[in-house]
Amino acid sequence: MEIEDISATTSEPQEIDQETQDAIAIDRAKGDFRVPENHKYDAGIGLNSDTVDYISSVKKEKDWIREFRHKALAVFEKKPMPTNWATEDLNNIKFDEIRYYLANGQKPTRSWDEVPPEVMETFERLGIPEQERGFLAGVEAQFDSEAAYSNVKEELTKQGVIFVNSTEGLREHEEIFRPYFGKVIPTGDNKFSALNSAVFSGGSFIYIPKGVKLKQPLQAYFRINSENFGQFERTLIIADEGSEVMYMEGCTAPKFETTTLHSAVVELVALKGAKIQYITVQNWSANVFNLVTKRGIAHEDAEIRWIDCNIGSRLTMKYPGVVMKGERARGEVISIALANDGQHQDTGAKMIHAANNTTSNVVSKSISVGKGTSTYRGQVHIPKHLKGCKNNTECDALLINSSSQTDTYPAITVKGNKHVTQHEASVSQVSKEMLYYMQQRGLNEAQAMSLAVNGFVNDLVSEFPMEYSAELKRLIDLEMEGSVG
Amino acid sequence: MSIIIKDLHAKIGDTEILKGVNLEIPTGQVHAIMGTNGSGKSTLSKVISGHEDYEVTSGSIEMDGKDILGLDVDERSRQGIFLAFQYPMEIPGVSNANFIRAALNARLAEGEELDAVAYYKNLYSKMDALEIDRTFTARSVNEGYSGGEKKRNEILQMSMLEPKYCILDETDSGLDIDALKVVSRGVNSLRTEDRGFLIITHYQRLLDYIKPDVVHVMHDGQIIKSGGPELALELEEQGYEQFKPVTA
Repeated sequence: MEIEDISATTSEPQEIDQETQDAIAIDRAKGDFRVPENHKYDAGIGLNSDTVDYISSVKKEKDWIREFRHKALAVFEKKPMPTNWATEDLNNIKFDEIRYYLANGQKPTRSWDEVPPEVMETFERLGIPEQERGFLAGVEAQFDSEAAYSNVKEELTKQGVIFVNSTEGLREHEEIFRPYFGKVIPTGDNKFSALNSAVFSGGSFIYIPKGVKLKQPLQAYFRINSENFGQFERTLIIADEGSEVMYMEGCTAPKFETTTLHSAVVELVALKGAKIQYITVQNWSANVFNLVTKRGIAHEDAEIRWIDCNIGSRLTMKYPGVVMKGERARGEVISIALANDGQHQDTGAKMIHAANNTTSNVVSKSISVGKGTSTYRGQVHIPKHLKGCKNNTECDALLINSSSQTDTYPAITVKGNKHVTQHEASVSQVSKEMLYYMQQRGLNEAQAMSLAVNGFVNDLVSEFPMEYSAELKRLIDLEMEGSVG
Repeated sequence: MSIIIKDLHAKIGDTEILKGVNLEIPTGQVHAIMGTNGSGKSTLSKVISGHEDYEVTSGSIEMDGKDILGLDVDERSRQGIFLAFQYPMEIPGVSNANFIRAALNARLAEGEELDAVAYYKNLYSKMDALEIDRTFTARSVNEGYSGGEKKRNEILQMSMLEPKYCILDETDSGLDIDALKVVSRGVNSLRTEDRGFLIITHYQRLLDYIKPDVVHVMHDGQIIKSGGPELALELEEQGYEQFKPVTA
């Protein structure tokens, strides 16, 4: 559903309750606008080794990074599109028409007053300053290729917490980040991790020192403002022994005429006894290809949780993973995907058990609307030499219309007999009789549908922090408005 | 004030189910419809509520002087028609409290909001009266409820939404005698001068607890006899056979 369609339904106030109307008004103002482009640095259209050099030069990178990029470009060019298992739609990405680096040349500021006016306007409309004042320990706001604003509360800096963008992380804190950079997700993991490794820019590099437990979350906001543009942020979070961090990311783009590419790489390292929670709420416009690689390594007694909500985009391919490398490590993926008309959410989880007594949990719920398609791909791997491993996988799909589609591809490889695994999958529909029942109580069709869908994901929504779960419910209502009638 | 049904014909697919129903339900009265399986009782309740599977081929339904056949299910509901379902639907993940609140919100004018404190106070007092445990506010609508709990939940929704016309479709089916008493008490407490009831049932038993003003006998899509409460007793004793037209 395109955002324009929503405004058409809002012109009949008697059809929609005030709350929904407000939500629509807020969200329209929130996502679908753009400010004029004003880029001092532009790597031009298309991708070759000059593009890579241009990016590396603008960032004044060391030789090892430049080399890393060039090698990655070679891998990207060599690797075929994974259309042997994934959708043919990938072939519609026109790599030659994309702009790979756009920035206005300013360093990220620590004060809102110094943020360029047009960028400030963007993030103020998206509510970032208020959120920062409210409940965040630190925030980074990325506009096209580079962070425009980055701030972390002073007491955290004093404790040794590092929260910077990728350029700064590799330049100023090489000794901390270089040992892990590209190690959780190697360049050649897949075609898009290679692409990201060649042209990455922005993203968050975070280090939490031993024993530091952050009570408030860190947040990054990714905003695509330019057409024919590819955003390739690179995030690396290292939680040192016994530390705890919650990181949240939000993503939006205005509605463009042509397709836009978002291809991030996110690597997490939870050292002994550390806990990382990584929360994503994306609300991409319907012509964004969103192809993201996310994986974490959990050492002994460590825990990594991916909480992922995928709304919007033309095609999302994302399978957050956890490699449980140390004994008693825990991995979890909780995901909600909503595929609206013409969209494809191809999501899932990868749980790789690599030590004894490790535990993983996957709960995935998808909603397909109109001609939307949701695909679940799961991979659970428990090798024969291990013992005491546990996996629980639940994937539930809800189909809204008769044209909606869902597919499930669970691949659970469990060897040996000293493990406990459990897999449940269900496909359900919002039945006509359920809608009739709700309508007989006075709800119109869209309200009834929204309520049913919110009910379906209710137990997962409660996993998100309050500020995000309210937003999520609004986004779902918004998506459902166009699904009926 | 009344619902007036005139010569109502309705079909589902190609099968005609209602074959000329005439019925008037004024406010302040309780009308009971009795009849065998397949006589069209439940269809009548669905057609009054506006179920889209049924096509009205002729006749009319007026509520307080206005034709309601052109209205959608939810519009009829908001204008005052409530149907207590024979088989209430389960809505996973949606709590009773949220569901009833959404239904009440749908009745408010734009910009108006439900007062949360007053809402819960009202909800709790009505739950207490129907002997519904207060933990049910947080439970999903009808999910995993016993038959009796579902029916009580229907009456709870009815009393919260304060409809003008209440239709109860075989509310007594699947109820034990204690639950039947609680449900009947709930219904009786809603009987007022400005509210009308249509009670659809197989058995006289329910009418021992909810005394009807008028009893109708339905057969093959028509109301073939109407009378006072004694008609229900007569039916109970002698069966439906005597009322069926000889030619049928």
